[in-house]
Amino acid sequence: MDIIVCLKQTFDTEAKITVKDGVILEDDVTFIVNPYDEYAIEEAVKWRDELGGTVTVVSIGKERAQEAVKTALAMGADDAIIVTSDTSLDSSASAKALYEVIKERTFDLILAGNQSVDQGASQVAVRLAEMLGIGHVSTVVQLEVSDDHVVAHRDADGTTEIVKGKLPLVITAQQGLNEPRYPSLLGIRKAAKKPIEWLSFETLVPDIANVSKAKEVEVFLPVAKEAGKILKGELADQVHALIDHLHADKKVL
Amino acid sequence: MKTWLIIADVKKDTLRQVTFEMIAKAAELGAQDRLIVAALGHGLTPVVNALENAGVHEVWAVDDERLAQYQPEYYASVIDGFVEKADADFVLFAHSAKYRDVAPMVAARKNAALASDVIAMTYEDSQVIVTRPIYAGKAFAKVALQGKPVMMTVRPNNLVADQPATRTASINTSALSTDVTLHTIVQEVVERAVADVDLTEAKIIVSGGRGVKSAEGFRPLEELAKVLHAAVGASRAACDAGYCDYAMQIGQTGKVVTSDLYIACGISGAIQHLAGMSSSKVIVAINKDPEAPIFKIADYGIVGDLFEVVPMLTEQLKQRLVNA
Repeated sequence: MDIIVCLKQTFDTEAKITVKDGVILEDDVTFIVNPYDEYAIEEAVKWRDELGGTVTVVSIGKERAQEAVKTALAMGADDAIIVTSDTSLDSSASAKALYEVIKERTFDLILAGNQSVDQGASQVAVRLAEMLGIGHVSTVVQLEVSDDHVVAHRDADGTTEIVKGKLPLVITAQQGLNEPRYPSLLGIRKAAKKPIEWLSFETLVPDIANVSKAKEVEVFLPVAKEAGKILKGELADQVHALIDHLHADKKVL
Repeated sequence: MKTWLIIADVKKDTLRQVTFEMIAKAAELGAQDRLIVAALGHGLTPVVNALENAGVHEVWAVDDERLAQYQPEYYASVIDGFVEKADADFVLFAHSAKYRDVAPMVAARKNAALASDVIAMTYEDSQVIVTRPIYAGKAFAKVALQGKPVMMTVRPNNLVADQPATRTASINTSALSTDVTLHTIVQEVVERAVADVDLTEAKIIVSGGRGVKSAEGFRPLEELAKVLHAAVGASRAACDAGYCDYAMQIGQTGKVVTSDLYIACGISGAIQHLAGMSSSKVIVAINKDPEAPIFKIADYGIVGDLFEVVPMLTEQLKQRLVNA
């Protein structure tokens, strides 16, 4: 079972967003493995250990992405490819770069997070599956892998779809798929010796103008919400007043 | 003249409200344009009837029992066919489970721009510019979309537009006529017990955090939700503690919601949770700790034990409903 994991480095989810001159600042931000991709890594390592084979991590990003890639290697992935790009890419361009890396390789399964916590678009992995001409199952919360097929439980707006798919496939991870392990000290030491191949986005996708279709023209912060009213008095009166406010003032009841 | 193709958000044999929100926006921005709404599924007669006078020029439907359940490859093939036949300039989908899954498939086939989770759109100088949340709503981006077609998935309950002009649409219904190889097959669909009201389309959400203390602790919240016809959500702390299903999680990891009323019970208000819910129109916080950050963004706060406050709220609401 040769598995490829697509991984993105993202801001920590507790990070506060600061915008200056229309750009999101990266100063003082802690970077992490996109949490949904952590589930993908964990699942990949689990099935590799059970069925044999390899886990290869592919990431696109700035040079700092190697920190996230090393975490994946320390969790048990075998090797990694980093595609460097200093500009931010839209989903279409990211998918195209992954496609260029993956199309020449042999693999049985591709795992990725169902979305990144920064862009939250849920597009890249699905576009990649289409470009490779293979199927996909997204937002998976439970997965069984055998030699030539998978059975996946997909989280779909309050229902669970049980999907059978024929390998090779792309699977995207939803929260709850597993409990990602912390890298062990031994894992971290081993990771230092695992191979990382560096490629450049410009070389892989020379015709970026034809590939990239969505361009961010402005970034802004939401209007800060002001603290409202803390109700006072006897609890029963507070509850009564709350219902009055919601009904008469806000008209949401 | 441009062509707008709106993919109806069909759930079983009913239309979700976001379908009409998309139609209204398209009718406003493309007053002189051709408006098509297309539906796919099985048993679509009530859907087609509801769309006939919705304000579009044409209603297209592909009605086939193989489309009764979401099958990505059938859906992508049918929608790809719609886009091709319409020679569409703009394709609008709802940002709900099946359409957010199928939209990137179609976008890849058409080598097209796709913006996900759009909350506002403008069309100026032949350029579509959409607004969408990034970092789960901690910030927003305006994105210019290029090429043809331009596609987007639209968040329910957000686009603002006037009621479209009345029109009677022409209707074209056909059966699935594609020859598609399926790599994946949905074998079974299980309704989850928590899914009385779906989180992403709920007008009212009652949400619990670490303060609910146990799975059992969600009971009073469920009782309140029942009275309000609300969905029940949770913070990451509650999910990580094993009190509830991860499908209920609201936040930067989890679901992003924009309900009319959000009642946060025993939720302290970590940044990653606030990202997922602070765009709700009215926020109520119930927490024992007067210093909890959730009070800083709440419209109304009650400092108190949720196990006292929530049942009291449920009781008073019940009484007032009886009296009303």
